[in-house]
Amino acid sequence: MRLFLALAMLLCIAAHLLLPLAPLREAHAIDPELADLLLVQLRLPRTLLVIGYGAALGVSGAALQAIFANPLASPDISGASSGSALGAVIGGYWLGLTQPLALAVCGAAGALGTLALLVGLAGRRADTTTLLLAGLAISLAAGAATSLALALAPSPFAFYDAFDWLMGSFVDRSLSQAAAALIPAGIATALLLRRARALDLVGLGEDVAASLGLRPRQLSFEVIALSAIAVGACVSVAGAIGFVGLVAPLFGRRLSRGHPGSAMIPAALIGAILLALADLAVRAVPLDRPIPVGVITALFGTPLFIWMVVTLRRRLTA
Amino acid sequence: MTSLQAFEVALDRRLQPTSLDVPPGQLVALVGPNGGGKTSLLRALARVEQAGGKVIIDGEDLDAAPEARRRRLLSFLPASRDVTWPIAARDVIALGLDKPDEERIAELIALFELDALADRPVDRLSTGERARVLTARALASRPQLLLLDEPLSNLDPYWVLRLVDIFRATADSGRTLLIALHDLTQLPRFDRALLIAGGRIQMDETPAELVAGERFGQVFRIREDAEGNWEIRQAADRQSSP
Repeated sequence: MRLFLALAMLLCIAAHLLLPLAPLREAHAIDPELADLLLVQLRLPRTLLVIGYGAALGVSGAALQAIFANPLASPDISGASSGSALGAVIGGYWLGLTQPLALAVCGAAGALGTLALLVGLAGRRADTTTLLLAGLAISLAAGAATSLALALAPSPFAFYDAFDWLMGSFVDRSLSQAAAALIPAGIATALLLRRARALDLVGLGEDVAASLGLRPRQLSFEVIALSAIAVGACVSVAGAIGFVGLVAPLFGRRLSRGHPGSAMIPAALIGAILLALADLAVRAVPLDRPIPVGVITALFGTPLFIWMVVTLRRRLTA
Repeated sequence: MTSLQAFEVALDRRLQPTSLDVPPGQLVALVGPNGGGKTSLLRALARVEQAGGKVIIDGEDLDAAPEARRRRLLSFLPASRDVTWPIAARDVIALGLDKPDEERIAELIALFELDALADRPVDRLSTGERARVLTARALASRPQLLLLDEPLSNLDPYWVLRLVDIFRATADSGRTLLIALHDLTQLPRFDRALLIAGGRIQMDETPAELVAGERFGQVFRIREDAEGNWEIRQAADRQSSP
């Protein structure tokens, strides 16, 4: 099954890089070098970002769910994505930062701030209701603060400028932007993956994990910080994209036989595939202007989310 | 030779500085009223919380032992039976081992009669069934010391007897077990019983001596009637007074 997933991801990478084929063909007819340029300068950064961001969302979603012991914890539900958007807006429109890496730092700082707030408000092993309510409150507050920061920003075009990006967009991203997002996200994701076994053991309860010599509290803080870096860096470049970080771990756990930590690798592959498909859909929609990719992920994510809430409710009342 | 030596382990107000020596092969019951400190003592010995002092198992300082070694030294079963994730019963048992060992897993599945449940997710099992799976997980790595918090609660009578059999056999194979329990009918099958109340060990006797002791009745506020049944002290006093 994992092999099948890896193959599917490779297929998605190829499709994302090459589709639609017509512009590449036309460019090739004019000048083969132009086609190469198109592929390397325009398509490649976008594909790398899509795959990297999707994988980062899958891994951080799975890791956050493992430490919160809750299948609804994820970068978007916890408010981390909104927090990084706020961080990046403040960095870009108020502090005047233009360097992609500096913006990525702002994004990670924003995500870290919201996750710290979530732990403060709801506690680390919060029940589903508390977690959802606290996450919702934080997301709403961060969203409102982002709008305020844009409305009052020195640049009168800030709102218009930021709209596409805020809902998630991979259009016209450069290689240096992709690097600014993917290098920190890649390192953070790799460090999260190293904690797979520990997160599986925490699945037996923090007390059992502690008796085995693990430090669950420290592990939680590490996971929160690393997830914030992974998601924050990606959000600062490609905007806040919902539901992938929630849904990918859900299916990831089906492949890891329920183990929360081992679900990280399948969740990474599923997240990458989902985001690549969503961005392919953005390109396929025959409109003059691109619709934000966050809209597409919300379209398939919302029904799934509702289904999860209903099944959880059924299990809780059973 | 001692299997477990604990020096001055303590947990804020819940457990006063406590020291304990247990030889290998001993099946030790921890009894006491709710909130008396049984769980705290187990948690302090398992190093679940910062409990100070020292815990030595088979001559080895537990705090200095790396994860793989700890599994050989000690296993802790908390009183909670909650498992959030839909992990198959057989995989939960496997998490008790540091490397895959199908033979050991099969042995435990047979021992705990889990064949029909082995591939079912534990979050879908009944509390009693889950208790068996989690106990099997605790035994998986054949640790020298087992710290089990109320392993007999939520079980039907057959499984209470079976588990005590399993614990007895584990102790007879040279391992040490400290088991918190409320079911006093099982006490005679233990080698030693500690009465824990007010955050400290109040009595440390054989089960028969413990139950016969005046302190036991005082702490639990119960006493044995003429037929050997337990009754509430206050109620009995009230009835006997004119």
